[in-house]
Amino acid sequence: MNGEIAAILAMDGIASGAIYVLIGLGLVLIFAVTRVIFVPFGDIAAFTALSLASLETGGRPGTVGLVAVLAVLATAVEAIALARNRAFHRLPRALLFYLVLPLIPAAAVWFAAGTTLSMPLRIVLSLALVLPIAPLLDRIVFRPIADASVLLLLTVAVALHFALSGLGLMFFGPEGVRTKPLTDAVFDVAGLIVNGQMLLILAASIVFCGLLFLYFEFTIQGKALRATAVNRVGARLVGIRPTSTGTIAYLLASLLAGISGVLIAPVTTIFYDSGFLLGLKAFVGAIIGAMVSYPVTALGAVMVGLLESFTSFWLSAYKEVLVFSLLIPVLLWRSLSFAGTEEEEAEE
Amino acid sequence: MTRLQFHLVAAAGVLLLVVAPALLSPFSITLLNFIGIYALAVLGLVLLSGIGGMLSFGQAAFVGIAAYATAWLTVKAGYSPWFGLVVGVVLTGLVAAILGAVTLRLGGHFLSLSTIAWGLATYFLFGNVPMLGQYNGISEIPPIAIGGYPLSSSNSIYYLIWAFLIVSLVLSANLLDSREGRAVRALRGGQVMTESLGINPFRVKLITFVIAALLSALSGWLYAHMSRFVSPAPFDVSVGILYLLMAMVGGMATLSGAIVGAAVVTLLKNSIQDWLPVISPGASGQLEVIVFSVLFILLLQRARAGIVPFALRWLPRVQPAAPLAAGALEHRQQPERGQPILSVAGATRRFGGLVAVDNVSFEVKAGEILGLIGPNGAGKTTMFNLITGALPLNQGKIAFLGQDISRRAQRQIARAGIARTFQHVKLRKTMTLLDTVLLGTYGRTHSGFFAGVLRLDRAEEARAEAEAMRQLQRVGLADRAFELAGNLPLGNQRLLEIARALAADPALLMLDEPAAGLRSAEKADLAHLLEALRAEGLSILLVEHDMDFVMGLVDRTVVMDFGAKLCEGTPAVVRSDPRVQEAYLGGVA
Repeated sequence: MNGEIAAILAMDGIASGAIYVLIGLGLVLIFAVTRVIFVPFGDIAAFTALSLASLETGGRPGTVGLVAVLAVLATAVEAIALARNRAFHRLPRALLFYLVLPLIPAAAVWFAAGTTLSMPLRIVLSLALVLPIAPLLDRIVFRPIADASVLLLLTVAVALHFALSGLGLMFFGPEGVRTKPLTDAVFDVAGLIVNGQMLLILAASIVFCGLLFLYFEFTIQGKALRATAVNRVGARLVGIRPTSTGTIAYLLASLLAGISGVLIAPVTTIFYDSGFLLGLKAFVGAIIGAMVSYPVTALGAVMVGLLESFTSFWLSAYKEVLVFSLLIPVLLWRSLSFAGTEEEEAEE
Repeated sequence: MTRLQFHLVAAAGVLLLVVAPALLSPFSITLLNFIGIYALAVLGLVLLSGIGGMLSFGQAAFVGIAAYATAWLTVKAGYSPWFGLVVGVVLTGLVAAILGAVTLRLGGHFLSLSTIAWGLATYFLFGNVPMLGQYNGISEIPPIAIGGYPLSSSNSIYYLIWAFLIVSLVLSANLLDSREGRAVRALRGGQVMTESLGINPFRVKLITFVIAALLSALSGWLYAHMSRFVSPAPFDVSVGILYLLMAMVGGMATLSGAIVGAAVVTLLKNSIQDWLPVISPGASGQLEVIVFSVLFILLLQRARAGIVPFALRWLPRVQPAAPLAAGALEHRQQPERGQPILSVAGATRRFGGLVAVDNVSFEVKAGEILGLIGPNGAGKTTMFNLITGALPLNQGKIAFLGQDISRRAQRQIARAGIARTFQHVKLRKTMTLLDTVLLGTYGRTHSGFFAGVLRLDRAEEARAEAEAMRQLQRVGLADRAFELAGNLPLGNQRLLEIARALAADPALLMLDEPAAGLRSAEKADLAHLLEALRAEGLSILLVEHDMDFVMGLVDRTVVMDFGAKLCEGTPAVVRSDPRVQEAYLGGVA
């Protein structure tokens, strides 16, 4: 291996790392606010890519059906919960949030199908289409057991991933897709060919990390999210509703996942179940950050990208084996550095 | 239902299994074979996750390691399947021991995440190693032969599968009803309690993890030689979660739940495969996944206990075996009355900027009751945790029976002869009173996992039971020995903790607010008990808020305030000390 190949591999690794960064940050965000380790998170990214590809070819994305099914289910769950508490006056609001709002982008896409849309419009539509999925799943699946242990929530999340991959196959079919590149620009940096897509991925990753930082530091809503993450009961005492901060966390995180989906779609072929591995690799990064630290998570995600890129050069068949095996020494290191601080687990 | 009736029912069940091939169609027997093979792996998962509290998504990987080991050895190297069994079991045990040693120190969800990681890594390994046939797998695996007779039909391997399963079930039940098995059952819900009884939770976890992997290995070996073909797919994480679903359906915390769960899910899977194509031709594969995942989520949301615990409510309860009359366990020789037994010198503990215990020194003498009192936040419980090793000292020295215990682990201190109770009661709610107190004898008894599984521990177990009953008698709970600890009112739970501590035969008994939640008659009983223990030569260190209780009972008192020692002496001296009055009542302006 010479310097040039190493540089290309490094660039490749950083680019895919940047994508894992976005997903990893979303995972940490959701975990911090809701204590849910949202295993199906990568699926959100994959569904965005699939929707975008479908819009590009003038088709009607399967996401429309998926969102419709979830919206109806969530509305039913919410309506039953309201009826049990005899809180019928809140029904219109529930209908607006769980049925009407999620279905607006779905309806727009439904009617726009067949017409040619500009690229920015396609991207915005795909993002808007995918955004409601995670909050709707939260309402249907996680909110009824919001106070359960992290372990139980994790088990539910794993089961949810398999449900989603089944639904994904149903709504998107088994074909893989790859979208048109977002940019054709190619740069020559000191003799190295750098394509614009990679720079775009990097730039987007950096910009959204920055925005997230500003949001947490300087907005009251961001602070409310951090407060919920630190202590749910305490947050409630000062008037923050954990359910609504949860929804905001899911929306924000979905936006990050959606953007990573848009960025990865032109460089990798995406299938209905590609999200699982995407999400799990981001996870390795998140665990390096112990599921709490945003900057360390970002660093960890870039490391995963680099590892993957270099192993695919030397040992491409064992790429996945190595990435997931990496988790074990990382966990070991984590467990040593956290020795003695483990809180007493509640008995169930 | 008596024990005899229970054994008759079990024997009838086994008899039914024996005659099943004569009564059922070959297809039903094939289904029973799958149920048996799944149930073996699920049995391990029940031990590991349901009982031991370590949730694993990766059990399918262990099934796969054994299946691939035997497949490769028999097909590519021409060895006998029995050699494949030995290698499969040893290899799986080794891999599990290494993985466990690395990951089992992790808390709750991190451990479970790591099981996803190695589960996936193993799956991709199977799929990429050329020697293992990559994603095509290994086919034409020979059948198992017994005495030259090949078990190639599903009716013949049926007996082998179910014999393995029933033997595993009985051995697992033996294990849970033994010294180490009780430690496994106590793992759930934090390590401070188990450590305080002299149990090494990491060791118990590791062995449980390996046992679960070995059960998976048996399942994998049988699977490889029954289906005569292995490929990566049946060992993926998605199958790992199917095992979890089975355990959950049957009942995570019950061994028989493994068989019930495996049966229900296998039959359901079979019938779904029948009617799904009718509903949606061409899409049955993904519908099956969706149906199972949704079912799993609903179960997790609404019915976490599973079928077996639910059914047990309607079935007659099997009478517990009465403890046998047996000789006593060895007792320690208590040190001579008046000798210093515990000496704390300059103990200091900081939490960040807060000094919770600041240069505190005192002594406990053999055969006395020493009261440790002080207002809220004085540092009494921190002092307690420093002595028992639950927290490390920043400075100072603690000696017990002449040995320095300042740097020792909690369980070593417990084994040296310090037993404690907790301010917030730490009991396992689903263990009986007898089992709870038996846990206390852990440090005094020696039977290991093998002895427990093979029932070689009965003589020692009988003596431990006799001891436990004696301690229950002492605290007045003997008539409720077979009730569940969680059903006791709080006051009695505190007494139960005292019985558990006494069962460890300590030289020093440390009680953290034992009278809290007791009615006045119960307090009087407790005081009598402590006085009787003192008369026997036991030393007691008591943290308590109830001043009447403390002052009437103790020989001497140490008063702490804001982390420092205020004074010490007999109750009369302490009561008249102006500093104590100021600390408790505020300044006498």
